[in-house]
This record gives sequence, structure tokens and C-alpha cells, in this order.
Amino acid sequence: MAQNNKLLRIEELVLYFKTTHGPVQAVDGVNFELDSNRAVVILGESGCGKSSLAKAILRLLPRNAGQYSGRVYLDGKDIMLLNDEEFRQNIRWAAISMVPQAAMNALNPVIRVGEQVSEPALVHLGVDKAEAISLVKKMFQHVGVPEDFIGRYPFELSGGMRQRVAIAMALVTSPNLIILDEPTSALDVLTQANIFNVLKRLKKELGVSFILITHDIATSSELADDVAVMYAGQIVEMSDAYRFFDKPLHPYSQKLMASVPRLHATAEPEFITGRPPSLIDLPKGCRFADRCPSRFEKCIQDPPVIEKDGRKVKCWLYA
Amino acid sequence: MVTEAKIMENKRDARKVLLDINDLHVWFELRRFGFGRAGYVKAVDGVTFVVHSGETIAVVGESGCGKSSLMKTILGLYKPTSGKVVFDDKDLSELDSKGMHWYHSHVGYVQQDPYGALPPFMNVQKILGEPLIVGGVKNKEERMQRIRKSMEEVKLSPVDDFLLKYPHMLSGGQQQRVVIARAMIMEPRFLVADEPVSMLDASVRVEILKLLRGLQESHNLSVIYITHDLSTVSYFSERIFVMYAGNLVEKANVRQVIDNPLHPYTMALLTGTSEPDARNAETFKQIPPGEPPSLVNPPTGCRFHPRCPKFMPGICDVKEPPDFEPEPGHMVKCWLYDK
Amino acid sequence: MNNLKHSFREILRYPSAVLGLSIIFLLVVIAIYTVIKIPYNTAINLWRGGEEVWYQNPKFAPPAWINFFLSKKLPVSFVVDTANHTMTKTVTPGAQGTGTVDISYAFDFTFDDYPQEMFLYFTTKFIQKQPFVSIMWLTPDGRKIRIDDLGVSEQLTFPFSQDKRLLQRLNGANPMQALFEDPKTNAIVKGKYQLQIIGTTFEPGSDIDAQFVFQGQVFGLAGTDYARRDLVLPLLWGTPVALAFGLIASLGTLVLTMIIAAVGTWYGGWVDELIQRITEINLVLPFLSILVMVGTFYSRSIWVILGVTVLLSIFTGSIKSYRAIFLQVKESMYIEAARAYGASDFRIIFQYLIPRMIPLLIPGLVSSVPSFVFLEASLAVLGLGDPVLPTWGKIINDADANGALYKGYYYWILEPAALLMITGFGFAMLGFALDRVFNPRLRDM
Repeated sequence: MAQNNKLLRIEELVLYFKTTHGPVQAVDGVNFELDSNRAVVILGESGCGKSSLAKAILRLLPRNAGQYSGRVYLDGKDIMLLNDEEFRQNIRWAAISMVPQAAMNALNPVIRVGEQVSEPALVHLGVDKAEAISLVKKMFQHVGVPEDFIGRYPFELSGGMRQRVAIAMALVTSPNLIILDEPTSALDVLTQANIFNVLKRLKKELGVSFILITHDIATSSELADDVAVMYAGQIVEMSDAYRFFDKPLHPYSQKLMASVPRLHATAEPEFITGRPPSLIDLPKGCRFADRCPSRFEKCIQDPPVIEKDGRKVKCWLYA
Repeated sequence: MVTEAKIMENKRDARKVLLDINDLHVWFELRRFGFGRAGYVKAVDGVTFVVHSGETIAVVGESGCGKSSLMKTILGLYKPTSGKVVFDDKDLSELDSKGMHWYHSHVGYVQQDPYGALPPFMNVQKILGEPLIVGGVKNKEERMQRIRKSMEEVKLSPVDDFLLKYPHMLSGGQQQRVVIARAMIMEPRFLVADEPVSMLDASVRVEILKLLRGLQESHNLSVIYITHDLSTVSYFSERIFVMYAGNLVEKANVRQVIDNPLHPYTMALLTGTSEPDARNAETFKQIPPGEPPSLVNPPTGCRFHPRCPKFMPGICDVKEPPDFEPEPGHMVKCWLYDK
Repeated sequence: MNNLKHSFREILRYPSAVLGLSIIFLLVVIAIYTVIKIPYNTAINLWRGGEEVWYQNPKFAPPAWINFFLSKKLPVSFVVDTANHTMTKTVTPGAQGTGTVDISYAFDFTFDDYPQEMFLYFTTKFIQKQPFVSIMWLTPDGRKIRIDDLGVSEQLTFPFSQDKRLLQRLNGANPMQALFEDPKTNAIVKGKYQLQIIGTTFEPGSDIDAQFVFQGQVFGLAGTDYARRDLVLPLLWGTPVALAFGLIASLGTLVLTMIIAAVGTWYGGWVDELIQRITEINLVLPFLSILVMVGTFYSRSIWVILGVTVLLSIFTGSIKSYRAIFLQVKESMYIEAARAYGASDFRIIFQYLIPRMIPLLIPGLVSSVPSFVFLEASLAVLGLGDPVLPTWGKIINDADANGALYKGYYYWILEPAALLMITGFGFAMLGFALDRVFNPRLRDM
């Protein structure tokens, strides 16, 4: 893959949080890449640091942020070098925007949805109100919200509609990359499918790239071109979607895949015993070792990232 | 606990009808200020089904279909507007408060949100003791014994480690185990589980579902499992009832529904359910547009007709379809199957 | 239990809490000490006692330590007695059963003003013949003034400023002034004064005992009032009364309000409506006026007042705010679960709703104590206090009735006022800190 195709390249991204019990190593040296007009899924369970990864990319740091380092190349330029004001103007919502977790519940209940969606346009694109509203109408078309909903309040909309509004809000400034954090976890099956249809259409018609953060393996396959599996603050496997869903490499990915209940089941789903390690008190060596069925002596050392046919896996089994 | 004799007895009881719901309607009156036509939210509008001992049925539907109201009426928290709920040959509407008390101790309730379901100011021991005290178990030793038994059954061991903990000290999975232990502690005949795993992590879901299945087998429990996630039903249910806008639109065995869905809504649900398959990213799912209708003013005739891809004008929008049975044991409320 | 310990440690992190707790602790200690040292009956008797109890004290005397701040020092009261050997007495038997009893007391007078009064209380023992005493006064500048000579019966009170012969000898001048002045300059002579009493007894076994009461202008720790009562008594006794009234009223109101709000919210319907309407009517009624009416027409007993206070305080705005919180908590999932396993309404209210509320209510409980303490004092000031108990409000009431502010007896009002303020301050400080500790849980809901 040539350098100039890469929309996003992340190298050794680190974000720790300061707490009274010690630093939380939420993002602990994450590396991955994303091409233009592709969607990568960050797959992981709660507590693995995936939401923190989104915040790290968008520099949405809380007050107790500790170490924050690494390189994030957007279109070849390292955005970590920009100062906060430049970042806010040029990157956040201009180049990269986000649909945070439970965004549909985060809409301001006393402001009409049309006005809310137009806000990023007014701030970042510097357009006037009339132009902003016409942009909103276009976005609503893209996400499938009827135009007359512009004058409605969030409580008048269903959950699915509100989520579409949140996506429209992320879209209105025409960013290259949208980060979605659990976009459908609280929604019903059909609404979920509809939202993914919307995302697929956006990818196809507008060429948007996506980072989808979720723990739901089944729905992640609806959008994924590439899959990155996150465990205890690190990416343990990165692969294209086809080979990943067919045959995951890392033992954790394998166990995850085996735990998915299926309609047409051939075997009983399995569950993973134990719990993920606390991000404050991380074990030395491979962080999955204590739950791994295939662990062996080498696992007391932190495994390197091994490249195998264009797939990356952090496991001694492939060394 | 579960002895040999009990298992034999259970097997004999196996196909006895435990719960009989007949033409159940649960309507809530809409309050309006002043005078004027207040409408009704027709949450459950003509539901009929039967649950046998030891049987697990899944009620599948999206939000707003009335499944919560159905469940709460079965639990005895709401009173039916019309129709009957008969448990073990006793009509619930004819029970006095003592009778209702008896009923409550025979039904276990597992809720969706494990943290919200547990009182934050009580520790595990107290939480599990409450249903016992309410159920009339006066002896303290006996209560402790049953609490320990219950906790072992849901694999919250070593028991002593957990007894004095408060809910916020437990993980989501552990909290849900406490909820299940509480539901089981009075040794009920059946459980109502409302989306018991939807708020848990993916890998924990399987664990909890397996636990529920194990309990169901060892106690010969009937379980009413309410969910909107079809992919879990094949592990955990025998029969599926699909609910839409206050009606049960399809009733069949799990395999029948998954392999041969008849109602267009069921077909939509199945299409909408994803499996981990990379090819999904290339296709758009063909699902009906729109949203479930309001329960105050449902559409005339078949309630799904505004969204139905197989809509037949003049038939579907005129009259509500009755139950048809195109194959044995497989009921569907759709004019497509009118012979 | 663990929760409580944890909360307690949290509270101690706030300096305001530590201060408040210290003050309250001090007040409680004083209250307990007072009730033990001066039991109720003793206190009442003392408080109602007249001259026979308090005769030794001056009237309207500020506390003795006020001299620290004054340039013109006021004479401090004291009492000495031969019976407890604070005044020296020498008995010399004489011939034929007679005896001489020499009693004398020397003291330093370094003050800039005159005492209010001086008394000698004689107690004698005899069968037929009364003893005879001769009283002499020795000034620091060497003058010897003859006070009086008189026969003493079994109990005799000798007031210096009322003795006719002394007055004659001093040419009508006020003995209190004359005995301490230089006759030429009329300036106060400071130095060692001596009182000499030469007594003669005429029978064997006859005896004379004397008590010398010097009523200065200032007295003791807290001063005196119009009835010569030592103000330390009501100041001390006011503490347990104030604390008890404040705590009982506060706690009683809280518990009853909570229960009624919970019951109303849980049952809804007409019960809830009724409670809300009663509350609204009660909010309009004038609280203090009703108490005044009850006090005037029915009874001023502190228990009656306490009862009516609690009753009127229940149906107030707090019910509405508790109701709001209960309505929220009522919808919780665990309440629904409790209904599902058949918990009775009673059980849900008392075991689920109310325990959820208690942490939120504790700051309010503590903060409302001062207002009840002030209420009791206010009623006393208005003349409606308990007629029997010595309380802080009663002191202020007495002071007001005697025109204390006009006459400059500021100490009489300031002392109880200071105690009221300190009590209020202590509870308020603790209440603020508790609010900050317990409030985060409000957000959790």
C-alpha cells in the first residue's frame, strides 16, 4: 500500500489518565492505518480502551489526562504537532468528526434538531444561517430523515431518528473521516439495520471513511473493510475483514468469534472465562495470557507485532 | 435442591399447561387535562398463548410493540383490561391479595439493567434475603441456607466473598447473577426474563444465557424470554412468539421460525439480524422502511400493512387477520395464508 | 455500617465540619455536665428562689472578668464566712464562762468604685445571755472607724448602709462611699482594709459565727440579674434545653415529614392530593402567630410548644421536595422488582424508599436545628417561654423587661445571644459540610 493512499496512520499513540489509584493506561501504544474511503472497525469489550482511543485521536482529553504522545498522520501530516487552537479549527469536525456513544441521548432537548445540526457548519465553515439550513437539508436527505423534521425537538423523534440526526451533525462539515462509538447498541434490530444502510450509503456516495468502535462483532461486519481488535489498551490483531471473519488469528479474536450467538448455529457459543485486566494494574508480558487456552512459556514476555500476509497479530504463536 | 425424585416428578409434569393467556388486552388510559376524548394506549391487544412446564418461549419484538406491558401483566404488576391470565389453573383476576402474594413467590423476574435492578444501599445478602422474608421464610438459618444455595447455583462463589458486597462493587455480569439468584431464590415455577443480557458485554452474554439454560434444565423452569435479538433465541428457546403493535403475529418452534419464517415482519427481523460475515459490508439490507405504529391509533386492519412489502390493498388494510396455521404448530396472523 | 464510617471520614476532611462538630461536642458536654451537676429539681428551685437563695449576690452586676477591659476597675463581690474558715476567728475563753471571739478579715481594695452593699450575718449560740459584738473598720491610711456595737440574737442581719448609728457617725454620708474614701479629698483610698469584730460571749459554750458579704459591682463568670441570680445557672441550663428542643423538633419533623411524603407518593390518588392540599394551606398559615395563640390561651409548657411546632413544621415545603425525589425513586427498577416478588406497600415504603432518602436528608436535619433553637428562644423573648425553665430566651426576656439595654446592662443580653449564635454557627457549619459530602449522591439518581 502506497504511502499517499493512507488517510490515517497512527503510530504509538498513548493516552493515560491520572487517578488516585495510579495511571490508567487506556491507550497503550496503538498502531494502525486506514485507507481512504474504507471503514475500520475497532472491536473490543468494555474496559479495553476503545472509547479512549477515539478521544485520543480527536484530542478530546479530560482534565485528568496524563501521558499523551504518539504520531497521528492525517493525509501525511502529523496532527499531534498542531497546537490546540489549530487542532480545533482545522481538524476537529473539519477533517475528523465523531458520533459519540449514546449521541441520540446527548441532543440538547430545548433546541430544535435543525438548529443543532447546523451548529458545526456555522462554526467551522463560516457559512450564514440560510446556507447552513440548506446544508442540513442535504444531510437529512443523506441519512434518511424527512425534511420537515428540521423544526422538531429531539423528544419528538424516535431513537433511530435521533441517531440519524447525530450522524447528520457529524456529516454536515463534510469531514473525510467519521468516528462512530457504539452507534447502534441501544437500538432495535430493524433500526440498527437501517442505520447501517445509511452508513454504507454514505461510504459509497460521499466517499467518507469510518472508524467504527463497537463490541458487537455481528453488526461490525456490516461496515467493516478492516478490523482491529483491541484488548487491554493495545491492538492485538489487525486484518482485512474477509480474512478476519473467516479465520481470526489471535486467540482472543478466536474466542470472541466463538462467543457470537448465531441464527443458524452449528455449535454452542463459548464464553471466555475470567475478566479483562484492569487498565491500572496491567500484567507483565502478554496481557491475554491468563485467559488464553494456547499460552506457553514465551507468553511471560510481551509479544511483538508479527506481520503475516498483510495481517498483523500480536502473539507469540505466530513468531 | 434438585433430587432424583424431583427430576422424575418434573418429567411427569413436563407437558402440563402452566400459564394460559387468553385474549389478553391491556389498555392504558391516556389522561388529558380537562374534558375531551382521552384515548387508550393499547399496549397488549388480543394476545393468546400457552406456556407449558419446563418450556422456554421467546417473545421477540422491537421497542413499542407492547412486550414490556405483556410481561408486567404476567408478573402481576398490571391488571388486564380484559382477557384472562391463568396460572396453574388459577385465574389471576380472581385472586385476593393473599393469592397474589402466593403468585408472586412462584414467578421470578430477571430485569434488563442489572445495576438498576439492585437496591444500591443493600448488600448481596440483604438483597437475596428480601424475597425470602416477603415470602414468609421466618427462620434466619433457613434463609442463609437458601441464600448460599442460590449463590452457588449462579456460580457466585466463594459465597462469603460476595455476601457483604454492594452492587457497585460488582461487575455487570456479577450483578446480573445476583438478579438471577434473587429471581430463583423462592424456587419459582417460571421466570420472566426481560432482555437479560442486552446490557452486558458480548462475551458475558453467552455465559449468562448458558447459566439461565442450566437453571432451566435443573429446575424444570418455564422461562419467558423477552428479547429483540433473534440470534440468541436458538440457544435458549423452544418456541418463538413474534410481537408487533400489541399482537402476536407469529407463533412457532424456533427452527420453524428461523428456517421458514412466514410473517413478513418476522422475515424482516431475520434479514435485519446480522451474522459475522464480511460480505455484509457489500450489500444493503432489504428491510421495510418506517417505524412501528403508535399504540394509541394503530393502523386499520393488519397493523403491519403500511410497511409490508407484500401488502394487498383492499384486504390487509380492511380487516385484522386471524390466526392461520399453514403448518402444524406454526401460527401466523397474515392474510397471505388465507386459503 | 461501612458506609457510615466512610462518610464520617469524608466529613472530617472539611475544616468547617471539624469546627462545627467541635462546637456541638462542647455544647453536648456542657449540657450533660449541667444536667448531672445541677439536676432539674435543684435548678428549678434555684431559679425560682428569692432573696434567701441569692442574697449574697449584687443586683445587675456584670461578670467579674469585665474588669480586664475596664480602666476604672469595679469592685468584685466576695463572701467570707467563719463557718468555712475563710474569715479568721479566735476564741479566747475568759473568766466565769465568758469568752472573747475575735473575728477579722483583711482584704485588698484596689478598685475605682464603691461596692453596692456590705452585710454581716451573725449566727450565735447561747442560752440566756446574747453575745455582744463590736465592729471596727480599719482603712489603709490608718483610720479606724467604729461601725457599731450591738447585741446579737441567734440570727442577725447587719446591713452596713442601713445601720442608723453608722449613718449618724458618718454624718449622713453613704457608708459604702464613706468607708472607702478619704474624708478630706473624697477620693477612694486603695489598699488593705480590715474588718474587725470583737465579740464577747457570756456563757460557756456560747459562740458567734459571722458571714461577711461584700456585694461589689461585678460578680462571677456571668454576672447577675435583677433578682440577684447568678446568670451562670440559666446559661448552663439553657444548653440542654436548647439542644433537646432543637434536636427533637428537627428529628421529629424530619421523620414524620419523610413518612408522610413517602406514603403520599406511593399510594398516589386522593391520599397524595389530600396531603398536598393540607401542605398548601399550612404554608399560608402564620406559624409564629399560631404558637403565640397556643401559648397564650392553652399552655406554655415546653412540651406542648414542641409538639405544636413539630406538627406545624411537617406540612411545609419539604414535603414537596421530598415528594419530588420519591417520585423519581419510585420508578426505579429495584422497586419494580420488589413489587414483582410481592413486597407489601409498607415494606417498600420503609425498607426501599426511605433508606434511599436518608443520606440526602441528613444535611437538612442538621441545618434545621438552629432554627428550632432560635424559635424556642424567640418564644421566650415574647414572654411565651416555659414559665418554669431557665433558658437563654428567658434571660433575654428578663433583660428586656428590665430595660437592660437602656440601663447599659449589655452583658445580660449579650451572653445568651452569644450562646445562641455559637450553637447556630456550630450546626450550620456541620450542615454545610454534610451537604457537600452527601450531595453527590443526588446526582447519581
